[in-house]
Amino acid sequence: MSLEIAGLTFAYPDGSVALHGVDLSVAQGERIALLGPNGAGKTTLVLHLNGILHGGAGTVDVGGLRVDPANRARLAEIRRRVGIVFQDPDDQLFMPTVAEDVAFGPANLGLRGAELQARVDEALAAVDMAAHRDQVPQHLSFGQRRRVAVATVLAMRPELLVLDEPSSNLDPASRRELAEILERLPVTVLMVTHDLPYALQLCPRAVILDGGRIVADGATADLLADDELLRAHRLELPYGFHPVRP
Amino acid sequence: MGAGHAHVLHLDHRSPVHALAPEVKIVATLLFTIVVVATPRTEFAAFTGYALLLAAVTALARVPLPWLARRATIELPFILLAVTLPFAGHGERITWLGMSLSVDGLYGAWNIFIKGTLGVVASLLLAATTSMRDLILGLDRLRCPRVFTQIATFMLRYLDILADDARRMRIARLSRGYDPRFLWQVKAFAVGIGALFLRAYERGERVYLAMVSRGYDGRLPRPEGGGATAADWTAAAALPAAAAAIAVAAVLR
Repeated sequence: MSLEIAGLTFAYPDGSVALHGVDLSVAQGERIALLGPNGAGKTTLVLHLNGILHGGAGTVDVGGLRVDPANRARLAEIRRRVGIVFQDPDDQLFMPTVAEDVAFGPANLGLRGAELQARVDEALAAVDMAAHRDQVPQHLSFGQRRRVAVATVLAMRPELLVLDEPSSNLDPASRRELAEILERLPVTVLMVTHDLPYALQLCPRAVILDGGRIVADGATADLLADDELLRAHRLELPYGFHPVRP
Repeated sequence: MGAGHAHVLHLDHRSPVHALAPEVKIVATLLFTIVVVATPRTEFAAFTGYALLLAAVTALARVPLPWLARRATIELPFILLAVTLPFAGHGERITWLGMSLSVDGLYGAWNIFIKGTLGVVASLLLAATTSMRDLILGLDRLRCPRVFTQIATFMLRYLDILADDARRMRIARLSRGYDPRFLWQVKAFAVGIGALFLRAYERGERVYLAMVSRGYDGRLPRPEGGGATAADWTAAAALPAAAAAIAVAAVLR
């Protein structure tokens, strides 16, 4: 199992409960979509996967390793295994050049010199951005920045790639290009999205999170065909879109 | 570090001066300025020599003179201050064109004018031949405290994004009929500044979160790559060494 979540609960300091006992297992190499309305607890759940948020009941295991915020050495390994691509690439890309930013993660793992450069090249090649390695992030298009953001976590060779709204703000061509890249990556992918067609295209399996609970777990095509289920959880397909069962 | 940061003070082309490692240029500029400032104000020949040295660097770096002159106008407020000195100064006075001028004040004005100009031109040459990114890199290699270079790095990356935010917010204000002409209409602008601060603050938190997710533990990795070579140091040392020779010769004469 790549990811194993059991009985996870979490309440913010102001007392609002964000997670009400979440159970989820994701197999190695699986691509799974995490769907749900705004405020369902999706981001809270994601920030538990690498131990940034913690303190409630329940457990999270990544590749058989328990997330334990007290164990700093293990937390570093967890953060290598879980690569989170945040929604705004400008939050993720903070170094002056693309290559330096991609090198940031592996350098934190202790890589140096030629080995580090090889990692950077490998990650940039995986997202078709090798030609832009010395460019300044603000000179790239939004779609290119999103792809570099993916490379910044790929460079750490993660076990689990977590994408927060990967298709947001992308033009249709960039959206398709990113899908083609994600499809050929040999990692487990957990994709948080409101873009239901994108989930259908990329993820055979989907779960719906609402009110801090997993309320549905199944084949993406089945979930999206269930009008009543979607309506109950404020999910809607785009106008004119009818999922076809594969 | 081939990344070109478009910046008004940077002149993006190739020259022997551009090719020098940034840290040697920073040190050379600093030492040159110290020599200039330390020179007694009455050594007029020495200042001519310094000006010729800078002219040589300008030619070597292929910096156009009008370009340099336009940017040197940043010095004007200080010159204006210097202009008042001959009128306000005390002691011995001379009469010139019907104006009574203080000799000490004239020397004082000259002192500010020439040292200021030489310093500003030297700094402009450094900025023209070194990108912002390389300046930070150079400071880092010179063992500048990392907290300063890190803040500068973040500023370099996020200043444009912040400026974009500010521009979009301004356009949104204008689009809703906001047309500030009077001081009492400034409120929306002030609130906008506050909103911009909050945005920057929130972005700071998100950036930090993304960094921690990639294993950040409080130390940024030091940029790799070779520093200055001995040849770089020698080449850059020519400017302060020549200036020092001029100063010594002038004082001993």
